[in-house]
Amino acid sequence: MEYVVITFLCLGILLYFLLGGADFGAGIIELFTSAKNRGKTRKTMYQAIGPVWEANHMWLIIAIVILFVGFPHIYTTMSVYLHIPLLIMLIGIIARGTAFVFRHYDAVHDNMQEVYNKIFVYSSFITPLFLGIIAGSVISGHIDTQATDFVSAYIYSWLNWFSVSVGLFTVALCGFLAAIYLIGETKDEHDKKRFIKKAEFMNIAAVLFGAMVFIASFKENVPLADWVFKNPIGLSAVILASLSLILLWYLLLKGKTKILRVLAGFQVTMILLAISYAHFPNFIRLKGGDTISLFSAVGPEKTIYSLGLALLLGSVLILPFLGYLFYKFQQKEEE
Amino acid sequence: MDDFIAARSQMALSLGFHIIFSCIGMVMPFFMAVSHYKWLKTNDEVYKNITKAWSKGVAIFFATGAVSGTMLSFELGLLWPKFMEHAGPIFGMPFSLEGTAFFIEAIALGFFLYGWNKLNKWFHWFTGMVVGVSGLASGILVVAANAWMNSPAGFDFVNGQYLNIDPIQAMFNKAWFTQALHMCLAAFTATGFAVAGVHALMVLRNSNKDFHLKAFKIAAVFACIGALLQPLSGDLSAKDVAKRQPAKLAAMEALYKTEKPAPLLIGGIVNEKDKTVKMAIQLPGALSFLAHGDFKAEVKGLDQIPEDQHPPVAITHYAFQIMVGIGTLLMLVAIIYFITIFKKKPLTDKPWLLKLFVYAIPLGYIALEAGWVVTEVGRQPWIIYGIMRTKDAVTPMPGIAYSFYIFSAIYISLSIIVTFLLYRQIKMVPILYNNSSTEPQKS
Repeated sequence: MEYVVITFLCLGILLYFLLGGADFGAGIIELFTSAKNRGKTRKTMYQAIGPVWEANHMWLIIAIVILFVGFPHIYTTMSVYLHIPLLIMLIGIIARGTAFVFRHYDAVHDNMQEVYNKIFVYSSFITPLFLGIIAGSVISGHIDTQATDFVSAYIYSWLNWFSVSVGLFTVALCGFLAAIYLIGETKDEHDKKRFIKKAEFMNIAAVLFGAMVFIASFKENVPLADWVFKNPIGLSAVILASLSLILLWYLLLKGKTKILRVLAGFQVTMILLAISYAHFPNFIRLKGGDTISLFSAVGPEKTIYSLGLALLLGSVLILPFLGYLFYKFQQKEEE
Repeated sequence: MDDFIAARSQMALSLGFHIIFSCIGMVMPFFMAVSHYKWLKTNDEVYKNITKAWSKGVAIFFATGAVSGTMLSFELGLLWPKFMEHAGPIFGMPFSLEGTAFFIEAIALGFFLYGWNKLNKWFHWFTGMVVGVSGLASGILVVAANAWMNSPAGFDFVNGQYLNIDPIQAMFNKAWFTQALHMCLAAFTATGFAVAGVHALMVLRNSNKDFHLKAFKIAAVFACIGALLQPLSGDLSAKDVAKRQPAKLAAMEALYKTEKPAPLLIGGIVNEKDKTVKMAIQLPGALSFLAHGDFKAEVKGLDQIPEDQHPPVAITHYAFQIMVGIGTLLMLVAIIYFITIFKKKPLTDKPWLLKLFVYAIPLGYIALEAGWVVTEVGRQPWIIYGIMRTKDAVTPMPGIAYSFYIFSAIYISLSIIVTFLLYRQIKMVPILYNNSSTEPQKS
C-alpha cells in the first residue's frame, strides 16, 4: 500500500504541475500580453480553462492531504520552516481563484473588471513562483532544523539562489505549457501566431532559468547534476525531454497543434522525473546533508492502508467523471 | 499580540469565514436542483431563470469556499504543526475521503455550470444533484474530523505515544453523528433563511414578484424544515456533550457548582473571577432534563474539573445563549410559516410574514457561528480533548500576529467583494431575467 500512496502522491504533484501549471501559465501569458490583445487572450483562455479550472486545482489538495495523513513528519517540517513562502503561495491561490470567478460572475461589467484582471495576472505569476521556491527549498539543503535565530530558520530556508531559480524556472514552464495549450484552442490565425511567439519566449526563458538552476546548484552544493547526469534514468529522461522539444517545434512548424500538448506534457514530466528520480525516496534535504525520506516519514501501517484504499476508491469515482468532463468540453469546441 | 493568541485568532477567523461559504456551497445546489426539476417538469421559464441566477451565486461561493478550504488544509500545519504531526495519521481518513468528495463536487460543478444546452437535460440535472450530495458528504466528513478532536478515538495513548492507530475507528468516533447532523441542519436552516429573506425583500419591493416569490418558496421550505428539526438534533448533542465533555456543558450553562437538580440559565452576566452568574432567568431542573433526560439528575459543574482544564466560561455561555435563542426564534417563524401555507392564503397578502423572513437573513448565520464558538471554545484548553493542549501544538515560528493581520485584511476584503457581487447579481435580476424569451447575457 505504501507504493500505492506514493504513486498517488507523485501523480498528484505531476498533474497539479501539468494542469494547474497550464492554468497559472494562462495568467502569466496574459501578464506578458500587450494591452490591446489582452481581451482576446482572456477570452480564449476562459473558454479553455473555464469548465475544468476548479478540478485542476484539486490535485494540490490531494497531494497535501496525502502528505499530512501519510507523511506527517514531512508535512510539518515543511509547514514550520517554509511557513513564509507557503503563506505567500496561499495568498496567491486565494487572490487568483477568487479574482478568476469574480471577474466572470460580476453581473455588471465596469472598471471593477480591471481590478480583477490585475489581481488575477499578478497572482498567476506569484503563486507558481512560490510553488517553485517551495519545491526548490525542499531539496536545496537550506532547511536548518538546528537554527536558533529567526532569519536562518525561517528566511534563508527558502531565500537562496537555488530556490529562487527553481521558482523562476517553474514560472517559465507554466507559461510554456499554457502557450502550447492555447495554440490548439484558437481558430484565429493571428492569435495562433501570437501564442507561438509566446511559446518561443517562454521556451527561451525556461532554458535560461534552467541553466540558472544548475549554476545555483553548483554554487550551493545541491547534487542536482549528479542526480540528472550520473543516473541512467535521469539522463535518459533529460535526453527524451530534449528530443521531444525538438519534435515539438518541428510539428509546430508543420502546423499540427493538438499533438503538441501531449509532447509538452511529456517533456515537463521528463524534467520532473530527471530531477526527482535519483533523489527518490528522499524527500527533504536538510542542512548538513541529512534527509527525510518518504519511507522513514511514513505513517502507521493501518493509516497507509486505509489512505491507499480511499485513494483507489476515489480514483475509480473521479477519473472517469473527470475524463468525461475534459472530453465533453473538448468535443464541443471542435464542432 | 501574543503568538499563541494570534494563531488561535487566525484559525478562528479562517474557519469562521470558511464555514459560511461552505455551508452555502453545500446547501444551495439542493435549492437549485428543486427549481431545476420544476423547470424540467413544468417548462416554466421562471424556474430555469431562478436556477441560473442561483447557480451564479453558487459559483461565487464555491470558489471562495474552495480557496479558503485549500488555505485551511495548509493552515492546520502552518499554525499547529505538533498537532498535525500526531493527529494527521489518526484523523486523516475523513480528510482523504473529503478530498475525493470535493473533487467530485468540483467536476460536477464544471458540468453543471457549463452544461446548459450542451448536455442531456436529465444528465445535467443529475450533475447538479451530484454537486449537492458530494458537497454535503464533504461537510459531514470534515465535521467528523472535528468531532474526533472533541472525542478522540482510534488510538491508545501510552506514555505520550500514539499507539495502535485505527483511522476508521477514529472517523466513526462517538461525536461524529450528533455533530454532523447538527451542522447539516444548521447549514440548511441558515442558508435557507438567508436566501428566502433576500427574495422576500425583493417581493416586498415589488420587483419581479413572480421570480422572487417562487424562489422564496423553495428556500423557505428547506429553511423551515431545518429549523423545526434542529431542536431535536440539539437535544441529542446536549446529551452527548454532557456524557463526553462535562466541562464544555458546564461552561455552556456557566454551571460553576455541581447541582442536583441543576437549573437551566437563560441569559445572565458571567463573572469569571468570582465564578458567579448574575441576572439570569433560572428554570429549575431544566438543565438536568436536557443533559440527562431526568429533571432530578445531577449535572457536573466546573468545581469537579481541575481549574487548568476550564474552558473560557463567559464566551462559551454567551455563544450558547445566542445559538439557542436564535434557534428558538427561527423555529417559531417556521411554525408560523407552515400554519400560513396550511391555510392556503397567498403570501403576498401577508407582508408581515415576509418581513419576518427579511429580519431573519443574518440570524441563521449568527447562530451557526455561535454554535461553532461553543464547540471550539468549549473544547479549550485542549486541541485533542484530554490528550494534547492547544498551546503545546502551536508553531515555534514567531511573528504570527502579522500573518493574522494579513489574513484579517484578506478575509474582510473578500467578504466585502462577495457581498458587493451578490448585490449586483440581485440588482441585475430584472435586466437579466425579465423577458423570459431572451437568453441571459453572457460575459
